[in-house]
Amino acid sequence: MTTLPPPTPRRLGLVIDLDTCVGCQGCVTNCKEWNTGGHMGPLTDLDPYGPKVDGVWFNRVHSFEINPGAEGDPETARTVHFPRSCLHCAQPDCVTVCPTGASYKRAEDGIVLIDQERCIGCKLCSWACPYGAREYDPDAGTMKKCTLCVDRIYNETLPEAERQPACVLTCPSRARHFGDLGDPDSAVSRLVAERGGQALLAELGYGPVNVYLPPRRKGPPPDGPRELTPAGPADDPLAWLDRPVPR
Amino acid sequence: MHPAFSVIFFTTASGAGYGLLALMGLLGAAQALPADRWLGLLGLGLALGLIGGGLMSSSAHLGRPERARFAFSQWRSSWLSREAVAAVATFVPAGLFALGWVGLGRTDGAMAAFGVLSAAGAGLTVAATAMIYASLKPIPHWHNVFTLPGYLLFGLMTGALWLSALAHPFNAAGWAVRLLPVVLVAAAWGLKAACWRHLDSRPERLTANRALGLPEGRVRVIDWPHSQANYVLKEMGYQVARQHARTLRLATHALAFALPLALSLLVLAGAAGGGAALLAALAGTLGMGLERWLFFAEARHAATLYYGAERV
Repeated sequence: MTTLPPPTPRRLGLVIDLDTCVGCQGCVTNCKEWNTGGHMGPLTDLDPYGPKVDGVWFNRVHSFEINPGAEGDPETARTVHFPRSCLHCAQPDCVTVCPTGASYKRAEDGIVLIDQERCIGCKLCSWACPYGAREYDPDAGTMKKCTLCVDRIYNETLPEAERQPACVLTCPSRARHFGDLGDPDSAVSRLVAERGGQALLAELGYGPVNVYLPPRRKGPPPDGPRELTPAGPADDPLAWLDRPVPR
Repeated sequence: MHPAFSVIFFTTASGAGYGLLALMGLLGAAQALPADRWLGLLGLGLALGLIGGGLMSSSAHLGRPERARFAFSQWRSSWLSREAVAAVATFVPAGLFALGWVGLGRTDGAMAAFGVLSAAGAGLTVAATAMIYASLKPIPHWHNVFTLPGYLLFGLMTGALWLSALAHPFNAAGWAVRLLPVVLVAAAWGLKAACWRHLDSRPERLTANRALGLPEGRVRVIDWPHSQANYVLKEMGYQVARQHARTLRLATHALAFALPLALSLLVLAGAAGGGAALLAALAGTLGMGLERWLFFAEARHAATLYYGAERV
């Protein structure tokens, strides 16, 4: 059914911290690793060793610079790594445009999924997603997307601490957080309130559940710029060794 | 957006087919066209052929065409599903209308009712096609007030051009058949010109800052997540050079509108005949193909904001 369920009380999703993401692509790799054998797998690779490498990924990390160049403000100039995946929107047009009923939003937790046995590969849902989150698998002839690791988060054969999306578990800088954004007291909701979390392209009205935490302002160094001082005492008999080394 | 040949061919051909079907249905029912069997065979054959060919072409771009029957199920929410239902449903009155005209040589009585129903079905199908595009919020080039009247008017326009071209050899080109192309081409030209003016000057845009959730600062891409084009870029990252688009817009003005309008005026004034009407139909259809190519190629998708577009 591609008509949407009533607003879901549980809204499972991710909170992604753009301040701490280092762009290591670890989440991308572990996502592919888990999901190629998961609910919506395989995540087909096309021409993996040839010149036109292509394939299905649920998670992509872009890199941007903010206020770069000479005119940039040194307090805000920085690099931002931006992980992009399905936001499991409250009003997902990708679901309502689906002509077959393959795309659906789960009433119990808001996760958006695609029934691989019903998808006809018309690709209209990927046009309806402003975030570019859905990727077509030409080998299967069907559309694929992030499942929020629905096969991990409820998986009772896994230790409880591991019942989280693969991307969250693997993030070495703890930039990814998983939880219920429908519960105002959950850890993720508190994080969003504390850090001024941003809904992407909110003006389109999709009500994205995933939230991005903008980078913190750097501000000037607390005690002004510091002079460099030689590493050893000035009368060090080996000080001449330091001189040719450029600082 | 990637201008896929199958979808351009489908929307152009089925638009002309439904336009022709609607006009033959209405003019036939009003007895403004002679119930000549050969005119019926040629006209309705062309209309249903264009529609059928277009529908086949559109199913060719499906990943799993063998499951196409599922596409009739979600008419409650999906314009694509509504289009599929309306397209198939329209074949019922259109088939009966064609049977009456070609088989019995009649377009009155019950046959007139089938003609009106065919026109209504054609209108609903083309409207559903238009709404597929008009309802896509991530593509501001399509999500505006011009898309729905555009599809309806362009379909009627090409249909009227073909009707005039087909009616001439049967001495069936009365004043209505000769006036319709003039009115519809002029109206379509005005709409397309207004649409392009709107697209070139619209102030509100989706920006990269809003797409990234970064309230402040100028954003520049330094690295893509992949070294080769992926699905999102191939499908939604298509970009036509500004100069190239300008040339094609000029060609569309000339082929789709100026030439058919001039020829149709000559035909209406009685200064030219069937040859000019046929040339107008060919030019108009080719011009509509160009218009549809630009409709896709000029459309920018919000997902390109993640790949270097500053606004769409």
